[in-house]
Amino acid sequence: MTTSHDTPFTVAGRTFASRLLVGTGKYKDMTETGQAVAESGAEVVTFAVRRTNLGQNADEPNLLDVIPPSRYTLLPNTAGCYNARDAVRTCRLARELLDGHNLVKLEVLGDDATLYPNVVETLSAAKTLVDDGFDVMVYTSDDPIVARELEAIGCCAIMPLGSLIGSGHGIQNPYNVRLIIEQSNVPVLVDAGIGTASEAAIAMELGCDGVLLNSAIAHAREPLRMARAMKLAVEAGREAFLAGRMARRASAEPSSPFAGRING
Amino acid sequence: MSTPHVSIELRLNGEPYAITQGLTAADLIDQLGLTERRIAVEINEQIVPKSQLGATALHDGDQIEVVHAIGGG
Repeated sequence: MTTSHDTPFTVAGRTFASRLLVGTGKYKDMTETGQAVAESGAEVVTFAVRRTNLGQNADEPNLLDVIPPSRYTLLPNTAGCYNARDAVRTCRLARELLDGHNLVKLEVLGDDATLYPNVVETLSAAKTLVDDGFDVMVYTSDDPIVARELEAIGCCAIMPLGSLIGSGHGIQNPYNVRLIIEQSNVPVLVDAGIGTASEAAIAMELGCDGVLLNSAIAHAREPLRMARAMKLAVEAGREAFLAGRMARRASAEPSSPFAGRING
Repeated sequence: MSTPHVSIELRLNGEPYAITQGLTAADLIDQLGLTERRIAVEINEQIVPKSQLGATALHDGDQIEVVHAIGGG
C-alpha cells in the first residue's frame, strides 16, 4: 500500500482524527443522542445554552452526562441569538459552564423563517469574542468577501452554510464554497444544509476541512445508521479530494484496451 | 422572638422570584437544588464564576440567568 497519509484536521491548535462534527439537537432522547454521536465518530460536538428549568425535573438527564467533556471537545453554539450582544453573553456563559473552555460556534441569525446569518451582527460579535480570548468557529453565509473579513478578525474556522439550517437541501452554491476554500488560511467547514451522505461527501470533495451537521442524522428514519453513513461519507469525500478526481471529458473513452479484440 | 424576614424580588430566568434579603448567589443556587449541577450564572449581564457565588450578595431587582447545556446543532 502506498496510500499517502492525510494531515489531521486542526482547528485553533486542537487536532482531530475525524472531520465530521455533529450537533445534539432533535434526537428523541438523551440515549439516542449519545449513541448517534458515538456512531458518527465525531470528536467535536456542538450544543446549545438555555435557561435551566427551575423547580421541576431536577433529576432530568444532563446533556453533558451523555456527551462528557472528558471524551469530546464541546462546541457551545449561539443558536437562537439574533444580535451580537446576546451571542457574546451566550459564549461567556458557555465558557463559565465549561470551566474556561474557549472554543465556540458563533451564529447570529437574521430571522426565524430563514435562520440565515445576520453577517453584520456576526462580524460585530466575532470581533468582541476574539478580543475576549475566544476561539471562534463562525457560521456564515457563503459570501467569500464576508468570509475573508471574518478570517481577518481572527476567527479560527469559517463555516459557510450549504443551504438553510435544517433544510436538507445540500450545497446550493458549490462555486462559492470553493472560492472560500481557496482563499482561506483557516479551516473551512460546511455547516448547515447537508441532508444525506452524498452531500457530505460533496463538501469534502470540494476541499472542505470538515462538515458540521445535525438534522441529517437526527431526522433520518434510522439515526444511528445515518450517523455511520455520514462518518463513511466524510472519509470517502476526503479521500476522493486527496486522490484528485479524473478530468471530465466531452466524449467516451473505453476502459478496455482497443488492441486484441477478436473482431479486429 | 424572630424578626420578620424582609424579602427582595429578583428576576430569575425572566420570571419574578422573591427571596429573603441577605442571601448570596450560592444560597439561591442551593435553594433551587442546583448546587451539584453543571450550570453557569449571570447577574445583571455579568458572569459570576462558580468560585464567586458564595461571595456574591443578591440585591433587589437583580436580573439573574441560570443556564445549562441542552441538545442543539
